[in-house]
Amino acid sequence: MLGTGILKGMVETAKNFAGSYHDPERLTTVEYPEQRIASKENARQFPFLVHDTEDPMKGLRCVACQICEKECPPQCIYIVKSKDKRADYKGQMQFYPATFDIDLSVCMSCQICVEVCPFESIKMDTEFELSNTDRFGGLLVNKHQLAKSNEHYRKIHPTEAAASDAALAVEVAKAQAKAKADVEAKAKAAAEAKTKAEAAAAAGPVGAPASAPAPKPSSPAAAPAA
Amino acid sequence: MTFHDLAYDAGKTDFHRKAQPVGQGREGELLEVAMGPQHPSTHGVFRMDVVLDGETVVKLKPVFGYLHRNHEKIAENTSYLGSMPYTDRLDYFCSLTNNWAYALSVEKLAGLQVPERAEYIRLITAELTRVLNHTCLAGFLLQDMGALGTPLMYAFREREKILDLIESLTGARMMCNYMRFGGCRCDLPAGWLDAAKKVVAEYPKFLDEFDALLSGNEILMARTQGVGKLSAELAINAGITGPMLRASGVDYDLRKVDNYGIYSRYPFRVPLGDHGDVYDRYMIRMLEMRESLKILEPALKDIPEGPVVDPKAKLRGFRPKAGEAYGRIETPKGELGFYLISDGSPNPYRYRVRPPSLINLTILEDMCLGQTIADAVITLGSVDIVLGEVDR
Repeated sequence: MLGTGILKGMVETAKNFAGSYHDPERLTTVEYPEQRIASKENARQFPFLVHDTEDPMKGLRCVACQICEKECPPQCIYIVKSKDKRADYKGQMQFYPATFDIDLSVCMSCQICVEVCPFESIKMDTEFELSNTDRFGGLLVNKHQLAKSNEHYRKIHPTEAAASDAALAVEVAKAQAKAKADVEAKAKAAAEAKTKAEAAAAAGPVGAPASAPAPKPSSPAAAPAA
Repeated sequence: MTFHDLAYDAGKTDFHRKAQPVGQGREGELLEVAMGPQHPSTHGVFRMDVVLDGETVVKLKPVFGYLHRNHEKIAENTSYLGSMPYTDRLDYFCSLTNNWAYALSVEKLAGLQVPERAEYIRLITAELTRVLNHTCLAGFLLQDMGALGTPLMYAFREREKILDLIESLTGARMMCNYMRFGGCRCDLPAGWLDAAKKVVAEYPKFLDEFDALLSGNEILMARTQGVGKLSAELAINAGITGPMLRASGVDYDLRKVDNYGIYSRYPFRVPLGDHGDVYDRYMIRMLEMRESLKILEPALKDIPEGPVVDPKAKLRGFRPKAGEAYGRIETPKGELGFYLISDGSPNPYRYRVRPPSLINLTILEDMCLGQTIADAVITLGSVDIVLGEVDR
């Protein structure tokens, strides 16, 4: 019969209309900004720089290697490397960014800078309310605005942060082991040198003739040149 | 002297002319109308230069390029990885299938293997994307027909559930940037599979509701049946792919033809139309959603544990050997292909996209001729274009 389809459709809309008064599941809108949905754990908006210490500028993990600058598809990162070096989290001497700017109006939140960073120093933030009245400078953020603590990172991406912390701990352990090995090797070398020197000192007069033939190998090489 | 006097003196304005009815003395003349580029029914910045005889379309010229972003040239000047986020912006409803098509062609070029778990994730996300796209399309098509609000709102309510899944997996609702060469970027988060199973299990309820609301509706049938007909012969000759081709009765689905990914493991049917009109195109999409759910249900159960990316694949310094490759998949809109030529450098020598939306759009005039302008609007809606992909 003509009109049955229309009536069937009307019943559906009526069900939804009446249902929205009884079933909160059917009310799908959220009254932003009074109500908010918690952001997803994987959510990403724009990058920030992770720092470990109280003073954000001293504890930046970034070593200004400029890999992210090179890999960024829309080229929104600008880095100037420092002239001097300073000790990083594992005590190694590294450069640091004298300038680190990101133009958020160009950034497309693709996360490639995060993926290519070998130092776990740039991560994605979940902050999205960035509207600004300054059209040109307002979204060009410098390293002071970008620096956020590792605690912040742990708070917004707990699973990822745990993995990153673990990776860094491995690095620190490696560095410490290497430093320890270095110290031991140095001590060993020093001890060896000492015993050699002692031996040499004990040998005394034997040392002088032993050192005398040393220049010999270089003299034939010098002769053809002359 | 006032402006009024000036104009009067110059004789440019006849203030004493008599009012005349519009169009008097113009019977039989053709009228040229530029629909768009900001017309709400053109699905973006697209223009149709229509020549009308009364209300009948006698000529139609699609004009596009307003959203041209130089995608191919940009990709030729960035690294292989760098153009992955740009592929999201092609067909912004289905960024995951775009990612897959691009990743597939690069994997062919570089000879990378995709681990089992990543293949499953790709299949699941692609099928979710198909459901999402067809849901939106049904809403938009009804919106074009004048069913303002209700169907689109119902469709968007369901789309939101899938978008939530995609966001918790990839971090973004639409610009996912998720696939990588030789796998996927990250593993599924905890609890994702259960959430996905729930959404998939509840989805048929929505499809039943939508069918009850619309598929049998007499007004919808009257507006769509016999409108925008496309014969199988013309569709094949014009290179049409996707649901548009299948609505004309041609059994051609790359998931069956190419057997890429792990589609051969799951039985599903390819819905075909008889008439090739707007109603068939609408129904094909409704049926395809049910078939996609049939693939999703077992795939979500079967997904194995394991790595999600080929350990041989490198993020930085990726330089495939010199050569060429063409990778294609069946996206919700048709065959999306990427043709790449590598000369051994970090960026492709040539990068070409075969966008389904653009090629499906070329046939628009043949479908609209001899019909009213209101039918041209729904015919365009049934083609399912996204201007990000048409213009690139």
